Amino acid sequence: MRVNEHPILNFGERKKIEFTFNGKKMFGYEGDTVAAALVDNGIMEFSKSVIHERPRGFYCAIGNCGSCNMTVNGIENVKTCLTLLESGMVVENDSDEVVVIND
Amino acid sequence: MIEKDLVIVGGGPAGLSAAKVASEAGMEVALFERSFQLGGQLVKQTHKFFGSQSQYAKTRGIEIARILIEEIKNESVEVFLSATVVGLYKDNIITVYQGNKYFKVKAKAIVIATGASEKFLAFENNDLPGIYGAGAVQTLMNIHGVLPGKEVVMVGSGNIGLIVSYQLIQAGVKVKALIEASSKIGGYMVHASKLKRLGVDIITSSTVKRAVGDRKLEKIITVKLDDKWQEIPGSEEEIICDALCISVGLSPMHQLLSMGEANMLYVNELGGLVPIKTCDYETSLNNVFACGDVTGIEEASSAMVEGKIAGLMAAKHSGYIHPDYDSLETSLNNQLCVLRQGPCGEKIRCGLKKVGEERV
Repeated sequence: MRVNEHPILNFGERKKIEFTFNGKKMFGYEGDTVAAALVDNGIMEFSKSVIHERPRGFYCAIGNCGSCNMTVNGIENVKTCLTLLESGMVVENDSDEVVVIND
Repeated sequence: MIEKDLVIVGGGPAGLSAAKVASEAGMEVALFERSFQLGGQLVKQTHKFFGSQSQYAKTRGIEIARILIEEIKNESVEVFLSATVVGLYKDNIITVYQGNKYFKVKAKAIVIATGASEKFLAFENNDLPGIYGAGAVQTLMNIHGVLPGKEVVMVGSGNIGLIVSYQLIQAGVKVKALIEASSKIGGYMVHASKLKRLGVDIITSSTVKRAVGDRKLEKIITVKLDDKWQEIPGSEEEIICDALCISVGLSPMHQLLSMGEANMLYVNELGGLVPIKTCDYETSLNNVFACGDVTGIEEASSAMVEGKIAGLMAAKHSGYIHPDYDSLETSLNNQLCVLRQGPCGEKIRCGLKKVGEERV
């Protein structure tokens, strides 16, 4: 869901960017982070807690919390809130492997 | 290994200001920023700042960020973006992680300006997707133009909670309620009044008891608190919402300084663990300086002034005297005194006294 009208900010016309999330085709806009584009596409579950596998959403947006870490273009533990979306990006969070966050 | 006169960790208001002054003094500066852009949290502040003209009062945060970034463009500052400083060592070496590569940088002096992170609140199911830091929501809507939900509840009535609530309304989101555990609103009345005029219910002496939802937030249960901060049984109420913003304060990002074994002190008034520092902003580590929110939670206005002082002092300690050293030192310290005067500055004055900063 995007901001329609804003009294101060103007997001202007931005280029549409295609990417995939867990194999599904999605769209974001130039200047989006991967995390912002996913929230816009209605994705709420970003990662799972390691032991109990509780769903974790987007939380801090500035690279502190680790909740948004995903596999991007095959690289694990990428902070999607600090990663700009690029055309053709492959974003995944459905890997079965337990990934230890040590970033 | 890269060698520089000065390394600055953090490209927010403090780090950018330090970079400007230190490079004016003749230093070759390397500035490291974890994000893909400079400006720190200013880049999402759409409101106009208070303070005086020297800290860009009446200017929107997003504009201040542009000014600060523009100011270092002509200076000898090398900027490293998407570069996380992961290590601080006693021989003035830092280690950096950038683009899946890891490298070392050695400097004559280091300025730590890492800022702060948002505090969290303990309640049942507080990890449900849909529960965000208030700052995260600000990033989402003001930088990316993406909305966190349709109906939001804000927790915490400090200035961030009040301002972000107002900005949510500006972006077209319904703010169903603002909940505050204390019996009084924490932030400035000017912000709270704006919200009240827009019909936002500010509920004091109340907190979140639990979040409810199947894999994502659907509603919250609030509970009233008595004057001893204890829950009042039977006072639970339900609020339907698809997003909850937590705005219960910030804590300094002390990790690098702690790792470098700087002398640290837990000071409640400053938001958490902060470095002990001299009047020259030097920590207990030789030639490692610190400024901005990492030394105590304040406003961006004071972070900018502190950054300039840290830049001035880091230069002096390495043998670079700024051409306007004397006038700058006096004027910057005066600016800080003004920013911290009056009842609103009492908490920070009290906190700074505990870390031995006597000049305030």
